Amino acid sequence: MTEFLQSTFLGAELGWFVATLALILLIALPLMLAVAMIIYVDRKVWAAMALRRGPNVVGPFGLLQSFADGLKVFLQETIIPSSANKGLFLLAPIITFTVALLAWAVIPFGDGMVLANINIGLLYILAISSLGVYGVVIAGWASNSKYPFFSAMRAAAQMISYEVSIGFILISVVLFAGTFNLSDIVLSQEGHIFGLVNAYGLNPLLFPMAVVFLIASMAETARHPFDLTEAESELVAGYQTEYSSMSFALFWLGEYANILLMCALNAILFWGGWLPPLDVDWIPWFDIPGIVWLFGKMFFFFFIFSWVMATVPRYRYDQLMRLGWKIFLPLSLLWVFLVSGYVMIDKFGLPL
Amino acid sequence: MQIFAFYLFASIVLASGALCIFSRNPVHSVLWLILAFFNAAGLMLLVGAEFIAALLVIVYVGAVAVLFLFVVMMLDIDFAELRAGFMKNLPLGLLLALVLVVEIIFGVGTWQSAGMGEATAAVGLPEGAPSNIEQLGALLYSKYVFLFEAAGMILLVAMVGAIVLTLRTRGGVRKQNVADQVARRPEDATRNTQPEVGKGVEL
Repeated sequence: MTEFLQSTFLGAELGWFVATLALILLIALPLMLAVAMIIYVDRKVWAAMALRRGPNVVGPFGLLQSFADGLKVFLQETIIPSSANKGLFLLAPIITFTVALLAWAVIPFGDGMVLANINIGLLYILAISSLGVYGVVIAGWASNSKYPFFSAMRAAAQMISYEVSIGFILISVVLFAGTFNLSDIVLSQEGHIFGLVNAYGLNPLLFPMAVVFLIASMAETARHPFDLTEAESELVAGYQTEYSSMSFALFWLGEYANILLMCALNAILFWGGWLPPLDVDWIPWFDIPGIVWLFGKMFFFFFIFSWVMATVPRYRYDQLMRLGWKIFLPLSLLWVFLVSGYVMIDKFGLPL
Repeated sequence: MQIFAFYLFASIVLASGALCIFSRNPVHSVLWLILAFFNAAGLMLLVGAEFIAALLVIVYVGAVAVLFLFVVMMLDIDFAELRAGFMKNLPLGLLLALVLVVEIIFGVGTWQSAGMGEATAAVGLPEGAPSNIEQLGALLYSKYVFLFEAAGMILLVAMVGAIVLTLRTRGGVRKQNVADQVARRPEDATRNTQPEVGKGVEL
């Protein structure tokens, strides 16, 4: 598409600009649709586990529920508390939403289907996900109210704690793949186990890291059972307490876009991304487009997220910190050590 | 295009740096500082140092500035007191600013007169060259390995020192022992009794 637009009257630079803009929209708009539908799925799964029906009124099977909710918040009045810091109060949801969309630039949806195929893709993801905390912290401070402020402090501590171990987990994957580029990480998983299974996750050395990453990604997105930032029994609605209408909706969309991103990362880093599960030709599943496999895997991880939300009780704050600092951090550090040792022996042989 | 991006990033860095100093609210100051960090990372990208740019965002914006913001948000700052200290410290501040300006002038002057402009100009990576990360890693772990390890050691010592300084043992704390809780069986915790009517059970 980029070459085509560059060859038309637009010229090299303007053609590139228009093509990139179109590609960004091609990712962002379906993403918004996916977020709307995944909220519906979330509520349905949650309801099914509680033996309820869930949303079933708007549209067939309640499929349009999220759009109805979106329309509702769109028509509501934006209320800004009189004691709030007005500029920052409005800026915070915009930051959350923008940052949640930014990271999708480097996610490979299929072979070559990636907006920016940069060779520091994983570092970019780390950098962007570390920005996510600002939306919450600024929202909490700018609201000038007790509960949001507590929530902001919790969010800051929680995200920093889990980013450390997520960083180490990513390092062990990078050591195995030998690259920071997400497409190359997926490609290096092809036939990883006995030339048969396309997944790092089933490698006995990386399987514990896959599990830890799944749990840490729940903590990183402040999702159940680690949603202490909006623990309604303690903090009303956390940092969202003072928000209404579209500014609230932006938080909502950003949160779910982040969850989808973490599902995609789980699929890409440990479970073969757009590759089918087994690297064999006699099943014609290489004919299925890679994007379908990726979406299937993302959906599976989202189901796990919903499942956990429906079944696991919320962690207490000190338990959360204990898990992050006393268990995940030493474990992932040890695994960086193990994996780098294995990679060295694999590459250069045993030192005799 | 690159010129435009450079001037965009550079002017935002300068503006947010100035606003960081001049804004009345310390939280706003930290936020302007973060914007400056972010745009500095953009400048790094323009000269082709994408690894440094990513690290700048991860370390400074993602961790250091969050802690800054965390501390500043919780400070109870008396603005009048801050204003009062301004005039007292003005001579010292001016002296520091003067020293910095002179240093910059000397630095740029020697750079110009030694003709280092061409030698240190940013060059794009040639096709097939190892990426930024590989080159940095090869240098850090071969030529500069002792300096690198020493820097790591200093950070470790500082971390241990900070923990030791803040560590205090408090009496009367009931710590949760997760292993104990997991090992506890229903038989240890519950008891089946069949009390007669009107007798009740002793607890």
